[in-house]
Amino acid sequence: MSQATQDSVREDGVIASVSGPVVTARGLDARMNDVVYVGDEGLMGEVIEIEGDITTIQVYEETSGVGPGEPVESTGEPLTVDLGPGMMDAIYDGVQRPLDVLEEKMNSAFLDRGVDAPGIDLEKKWEFEPTVSVGDEVATGDVVGTVPETVTIEHKVMVPPDFEGGEVVAIEEGEFSVTETVAELDNGEEITMHQEWPVRQARPAAEKKTPREPLVSGQRILDGLFPIAKGGTAAIPGPFGSGKTVTQHQLAKWADADIVVYVGCGERGNEMTEVIEDFPELDDPKTGNPLMARTCLIANTSNMPVAARESCIYTGITIAEYYRDMGYDVALMADSTSRWAEAMREISSRLEEMPGEEGYPAYLAARLSEFYERAGYFTTVNGEEGSVSVIGAVSPPGGDFSEPVTQNTLRIVKTFWALDADLAERRHFPAINWNESYSLYQEQLDPWFVENVEDDWAEERQWAVDVLDEENELQEIVQLVGKDALPEDQQLTLEIARYLREAYLQQNAFHPTDTYCSPEKTYGILTAIHAFNDEAFKALEAGVPVEEIQAIEAAPRLNRIGVQEDWEAYIEDLKAEITEQLRELY
Amino acid sequence: MKEYQTITEISGPLVFAEVDEPIGYDEIVEIETPQGETKRGQVLESSEGLVAIQVFEGTTGIDRNASVRFLGETLKMPVTEDLLGRVLDGSGQPIDGGPEIVPDERRDIVGAAINPYSREYPEEFIQTGVSAIDGMNTLVRGQKLPIFSASGLPHNNLALQIARQATVPEDEDSGEESEFAVVFGAMGITQEEANEFMEDFERTGALERSVVFTNLADDPAVERTVTPRLALTTAEYLAFDKDYHVLVILTDMTNYCEALREIGAAREEVPGRRGYPGYMYTDLAQLYERAGRIEGREGSVTQIPILTMPGDDDTHPIPDLTGYITEGQIYIDRDLNSQGIRPPINPLPSLSRLMDDGIGEGLTREDHADVSDQMYAAYAEGEDLRDLVNIVGREALSERDNKYLDFAERFEAEFVNQGFDTDRSIEDTLDIGWDLLSMLPKSELNRIDEELIEDYYEEDAESVEAEA
Ligand SMILES: Nc1ncnc2c1ncn2[C@@H]1O[C@H](COP(=O)(O)OP(=O)(O)OP(=O)(O)O)[C@@H](O)[C@H]1O
Ligand SMILES: [Mg+2]
Repeated sequence: MSQATQDSVREDGVIASVSGPVVTARGLDARMNDVVYVGDEGLMGEVIEIEGDITTIQVYEETSGVGPGEPVESTGEPLTVDLGPGMMDAIYDGVQRPLDVLEEKMNSAFLDRGVDAPGIDLEKKWEFEPTVSVGDEVATGDVVGTVPETVTIEHKVMVPPDFEGGEVVAIEEGEFSVTETVAELDNGEEITMHQEWPVRQARPAAEKKTPREPLVSGQRILDGLFPIAKGGTAAIPGPFGSGKTVTQHQLAKWADADIVVYVGCGERGNEMTEVIEDFPELDDPKTGNPLMARTCLIANTSNMPVAARESCIYTGITIAEYYRDMGYDVALMADSTSRWAEAMREISSRLEEMPGEEGYPAYLAARLSEFYERAGYFTTVNGEEGSVSVIGAVSPPGGDFSEPVTQNTLRIVKTFWALDADLAERRHFPAINWNESYSLYQEQLDPWFVENVEDDWAEERQWAVDVLDEENELQEIVQLVGKDALPEDQQLTLEIARYLREAYLQQNAFHPTDTYCSPEKTYGILTAIHAFNDEAFKALEAGVPVEEIQAIEAAPRLNRIGVQEDWEAYIEDLKAEITEQLRELY
Repeated sequence: MKEYQTITEISGPLVFAEVDEPIGYDEIVEIETPQGETKRGQVLESSEGLVAIQVFEGTTGIDRNASVRFLGETLKMPVTEDLLGRVLDGSGQPIDGGPEIVPDERRDIVGAAINPYSREYPEEFIQTGVSAIDGMNTLVRGQKLPIFSASGLPHNNLALQIARQATVPEDEDSGEESEFAVVFGAMGITQEEANEFMEDFERTGALERSVVFTNLADDPAVERTVTPRLALTTAEYLAFDKDYHVLVILTDMTNYCEALREIGAAREEVPGRRGYPGYMYTDLAQLYERAGRIEGREGSVTQIPILTMPGDDDTHPIPDLTGYITEGQIYIDRDLNSQGIRPPINPLPSLSRLMDDGIGEGLTREDHADVSDQMYAAYAEGEDLRDLVNIVGREALSERDNKYLDFAERFEAEFVNQGFDTDRSIEDTLDIGWDLLSMLPKSELNRIDEELIEDYYEEDAESVEAEA
């Protein structure tokens, strides 16, 4: 958050009233969405309504003890983020204050008020390496040099969007802080490694394109049945305890994005701590470097001020867009968008705005779609390709998907991973309901899987879907008459479906091996079950009773493929054994 | 300090007064009624010339002639280690006839949020001695794990059992089992329930290491919004300043939420679901998130809030929002209770989210996670089959299905049903688990590592069962 670097103060006002996070001021000369400092302690806030002489402000910090008559100062600037090297491996609150810096400055483990800090270290020196030379023409968005930001990420220093560009007249390699000029243009523009951008405004891009590459997640049910594209959008709704956060963490760990922006929006403190403690220890499957080296965390937990919760989503997506502009594939996880919507509702109700459905403001749908619209596969301003994928958790009250946040989200996103309390209760994880979930990217991503994994990727998937559908129908009968009343072939289908559920759809996020499953392994498990299916039906046709088929010793080992490191050999052996054991029966 | 006799409106728990000086939001107010009674309250909204005050003790007896004093500070809790062993009312005044409390410090009861960066991830196993918890929904130090109950169920007995039995086995450094300090916050419970707690605390000697706050059913409802904050402020002080491991029991959160609703209604706010305020999630989070561990500090705050679900409905906003904030939940089940199972915990919908990091080799036992997973799956399957049995009868089911039915029976009767006075070690709990799992053929144990099956599976259990 960049106000710490600002001092252009406009006209002061005074507080007229305080009610929780909403403060009104009189006599303040400010524009809509300007950042202001409120009260004697200078609490940070944002203008959200202007009516006559009265300006309404949402305050990003606790307002206990603040009263009328205290001063209000405007910065004359909207809420912006500081963009530059140093955002990877960082952890911010909802208005981009680095939480590690706050801890140091406040000298306390508890968040105090009125302390501000820039989003990136303004003093730290970075090794700048030019990629253009004096005399080169550079345009807006062009890369003028690079900085090794972390072991994984090469940070690209770009001509800011509000610059015109021109001929480079001075550029030099060396150690610079982000505020020092690294390149000068003939029109007098001076490029530093530091940009600022107002969070509520999307950063420009040249063109939005149809995404055709999957964001490979390493999660079988996602990659296998309901894939999301790089640049795509997905929603994970589900009641409490059904696995939204675990799924988001799994994606943050294993998705093949270059950059991950993880927004903990109004959720638990310990969940953020878990990420802070785990990610430095885990290796990025793509580079082998610590995961933290490609990760930016935004933690505005449920007990932190609600106005900063409202803005944390924007802070996150703006940072994501900035790395996209460098040509990276960025994945943003927002856990949970419902808490963001509730923050809007809370502020809106303090403003006494006309409530819409379930008390949410009438602009809820518009805000949600504006946010998801910032995702996409883009040609960037400098002609590179970059993407922002957005995965939003939704926490519907009572687990009821008919509520406004879920419904409005589903109208926008193209991938729907429906979490199911019933599955979670049986410890079927991930508890993604395969009958309700969908991905509208499936067709446009199939060519990629065919090219990169196996020719019959789509056919195998369809086989699995058909078996699961059939199981679904048969289960209704079983509920009435018991399994043994079914004809033998249907009993066998149920058995195959059970292996699909247990060996393929289930995946243990906490098992060191099973936690990540490559698309090849995902395909391998599926074909192993398919092979069992084919051999089993052959045996059945040859007159072997279904109980005997079910009882073969090798079959349950299908459930253990997931935990095998050396799964290829394991599958080969297993297939051979299954075939042998079944053929012995006839 | 200025006194005002400027009350313009009294509505439910709220009083509106005109003022001619700026008053801080959340500031404490004293209102003296013409009868000479003093009531305390808090500023809910402050604007130029007018403030809205929420009165803790109810507005009965206040009229326009009452005088209003603003104390110029927000509500504070006087904290000291000497609070241990003391009994206070719902607004923090001692009611045990003991000596005056000399505070070390006075702390703001609206605790500042713990910086997520400063937290330490909770992963130390707490042995509650209750199998359904330790075995399948393990509690760890610094967790917030509520009990979801309903009226007429023995949640208090379970809370007491946990408070009595909870230990952290063998502290590695000291080689000792360490006990907890208990901070008990009662909101709107009956005198009888309060006695039950107090008697148990006294009987077991737990009172010495407890701080008790009681707001009873006939105490003012608005005070209930303050009680848990006093309790948590005390808990944080004991944990993070005085190195105690603190167990906070808050009961009944449903009464707390009712008080929030009452205030919201009096303020004519736009209500959220079922009339509860739209900010109830945030409000509850500001309580529940005051649990945890902090890097570099010895102590910890573990929370066990208890709530009674109206209509046994867990989609009701109180359990629903709680479940969305806490790190799991323990369900007390009406059916199990009427079958005489004690404690009547239903493990299937119960969950401890911090379990995975707190168990396993070196922490509890190597087989813990797998045993737990397998018992879940087996019990869930047995439960499913019960519906079917009612329709088609046991004979129509396969041998395999019958085994699962037997498993479910014995699981409830032996694993869950241990009584409120039995304290089981984690080894006992897991061994009972293996007794039961060994009823099933090995090939059914697909969630357990093959090596562990070799080590723990009881080969003859099946036949023993058959003979019996
Ligand atoms: N893939 C998985 N593998 C193993 N366990 C899982 C998996 N997904 C979820 N779980 C289990 O479910 C629990 C709850 O999951 P999670 O915390 O993600 O729920 P949630 O939907 O985010 O809930 P809330 O809305 O309350 O935040 C986890 O603690 C874990 O025990
Ligand atoms: Mg979650």
